[in-house]
Amino acid sequence: MAEPGTSFGPRLKSALADSLLAGIIAFALFSLVLGLRTEDNVTGLTLQPRPVLLGVAVGIVFFGRLLLNLFVWQAEHPLTTPFARLFTRDVFDKRDVTVLGGTSLVAILGFIIAAILDAPAYQLIAVAVLAFIGLGLLRRAIVQMFPDLPYARIFVAIAILFALFFPLTSYALEKAFNLGLPLRYWFDLSILVLTYVMLGWGLNIVVGLAGLLDLGYVAFYAVGAYTFALLATHFGLGFWVCLPIAGAAAALWGIILGFPVLRLRGDYLAIVTLAFGEIVRIVLLNWTEVTNGPNGISNIPKPTFFGLPFAAVGDNTFSAFFGLKYDPLQGIIFLYYVILVLAVLTNVVTLRMRRLPIGRAWEAMREDEIACRSLGINTTVSKLTAFATGALFGGLAGGFFATRQGFISPESFTFIESAIILAIVVLGGMGSQLGVAIAAVVMVGGFEALRHTEGLQSFFGEGFDPALYRMLLFGIALVGIMVWRPRGIVSARSPSIALGEAKAIPTDLVNEGRA
Amino acid sequence: MAYFLQQLINGVALGSIYGLIAIGYTMVYGIIGMINFAHGDIFMVGAFIALIAFLAVLSIGITMIPLALLIVLVIAMGLTAVWGWTVERVAYRPLRDSFRLAPLITAIGMSIVLQNFIQVAQGARVKPLQPVITGGYEFFKDGDFTVIISNIQILIVVTTLVLMTVFWLIISRTALGRAQRACEQDRLMASLSGVDVDRTISLTFVLGAALAAVAGLLYLLYYGVIDFYIGFVVGIKAFTAAVFGGIGSLPGAMLGGLVIGLIETFWSAYFTIEYKDVAAFSMLAVVLIFFPTGLLGRPEVEKV
Repeated sequence: MAEPGTSFGPRLKSALADSLLAGIIAFALFSLVLGLRTEDNVTGLTLQPRPVLLGVAVGIVFFGRLLLNLFVWQAEHPLTTPFARLFTRDVFDKRDVTVLGGTSLVAILGFIIAAILDAPAYQLIAVAVLAFIGLGLLRRAIVQMFPDLPYARIFVAIAILFALFFPLTSYALEKAFNLGLPLRYWFDLSILVLTYVMLGWGLNIVVGLAGLLDLGYVAFYAVGAYTFALLATHFGLGFWVCLPIAGAAAALWGIILGFPVLRLRGDYLAIVTLAFGEIVRIVLLNWTEVTNGPNGISNIPKPTFFGLPFAAVGDNTFSAFFGLKYDPLQGIIFLYYVILVLAVLTNVVTLRMRRLPIGRAWEAMREDEIACRSLGINTTVSKLTAFATGALFGGLAGGFFATRQGFISPESFTFIESAIILAIVVLGGMGSQLGVAIAAVVMVGGFEALRHTEGLQSFFGEGFDPALYRMLLFGIALVGIMVWRPRGIVSARSPSIALGEAKAIPTDLVNEGRA
Repeated sequence: MAYFLQQLINGVALGSIYGLIAIGYTMVYGIIGMINFAHGDIFMVGAFIALIAFLAVLSIGITMIPLALLIVLVIAMGLTAVWGWTVERVAYRPLRDSFRLAPLITAIGMSIVLQNFIQVAQGARVKPLQPVITGGYEFFKDGDFTVIISNIQILIVVTTLVLMTVFWLIISRTALGRAQRACEQDRLMASLSGVDVDRTISLTFVLGAALAAVAGLLYLLYYGVIDFYIGFVVGIKAFTAAVFGGIGSLPGAMLGGLVIGLIETFWSAYFTIEYKDVAAFSMLAVVLIFFPTGLLGRPEVEKV
């Protein structure tokens, strides 16, 4: 590869050579699995060639790499620099202004042309590009005007206010003006996001604070959900009785599964916890007498508002008691606040525990287990409490999941679920509560957005089913973000305890996940 | 007795396939100390490439089965090796000096990518293949139960033995094997002595993927049906085999594969088939907890 700064001829040559190689490799990769498709026929499998698709795939790799080579990797002034500079405090030079201005101009023109040709998907892309540049400039302007504001705190405060008031405000607005907002969908999505925030914070105790890599966290989620469902359906116990029991059962299982793995570290610990997670799922699947096997448990009752159910009929319902008109959204808003309280509880307990001796022992154990032991910290107790605390919150989230869905089956507790939760923790920046929350919003939100990309269909034709590509894009994003920012979104963190003034330390000085 | 013997034969055939995959895990773990979580899915991709190549070879008129299988073997090994190389280049190499969790996360990501790529490209339904190699030998008769060694089982065991020998020779006799063992012991020192570490690691992935492709082809011929999800469970079992045999040890991987294959077969034969994966997973936990160095591994000395 030519170094940046060499003249154009050699650069073009080396870029072409590199891209050609990439194209050949792409051809080798895709030739059979993408270029030929196996079809079921009466006579057995037959092959159907798809040369166009293969050509497009190889072409994307070749030209994509060629463009990247010419304008980013080997370029004297990489095209990406101005965009990166948007998010710094550096002064723009002439080139940056040209690139940013030119991009905006192209986006505006593209928007107009797309509007004339009636192609909403391309309009959306143009808007996204413009929004990116616009928000970047806005952010710069604000930061330059008020350089010393505590932005992180302001962001957190706005996020908390939004989380607190969003459902009530939007519900009130909808009722007052009849805007036709898809409130039901918004609330369901927010509940889902908050569930993952809670799960992320719960797993963060085990992975981020104690440094124990757990790939089977979903087992505790499952234990909580099934405990809740069985208690509620068989014994008719209410939400507020079942939920703590579900949490306690999960915590107990955290200790039971934690005992055998006390001696393990790092990857081995990860793989054994994965095995435990799978064992729990297989047992749930096959222990038909208790769990009803693959058919799952249905008709799990919804929570009540201090004994007042959310129902359309009856004298003693929530709406009747408060003299309101019945609306199914009331129950959903109540669920939203329940999970919000649970998530905040997780966060508060974590933050307080970090200041207790046990929390400090966790963080010390993450940094160096041997030093910990030689200083007299009981690592057995520390590890088990970490597992139990993490499992407790997983179990509570599971209980909530059961009551919200009204139906659970082992399908909801596969390994992929553990992988998603772990990805949220790692991509958020392990140990950072704020980062985990942001990662949960981005991941679950992005995941959900892919379900609704009708726009993509105008690219790929009617037969394109975005849901099919969700997991594929999720995997690509996981690898991409990890390679781009291995330390996660929030990659600095303030120490739990410091002599004098606490200074933020970059996470590459923190040894998390090593032990 | 006859039933036992039959299960023994079945277990050895299954164990050979696990062993071939386990080599990929054990070599990678030995050299860069990470669990290549996507290796099970490389095996799955190999099985798909083998299936498609087989259909393609048949459709261009080569109907002589041994010749067709030989061509398929070469194609599958070659193309799957490219997949193995690409996975390492894209997902692991940029993170080589990062913290330990990072490559594990990208490995999980790669596993998701491979599974869903195949699902999107080839469809989610199972792919059946008519039996290619049929027949077998009556080996032993006890009452009305006949113990049969099928030709495919013979093929599996023979192929595995041949490949094991070849790999053993590569690791112990060639310059590549020497470089590999050097990287395993001390990567920095190896690079100071003139070993191209990046190239050696890449070749390790290439070799592991090629063996996984062979395992994929044999699996396809043995079971006659594959889908995009086979990589996960088979991969976990092969990893168990690698640990059981002693991570980093080639004969250990084979031995571990046989043990896991036998346990699974006997569990299915004498206990409940629904819980055969539980048996394998419990085995994994027990082995890692009580014999972390495995049967033929070296004990790890912890330096403070």
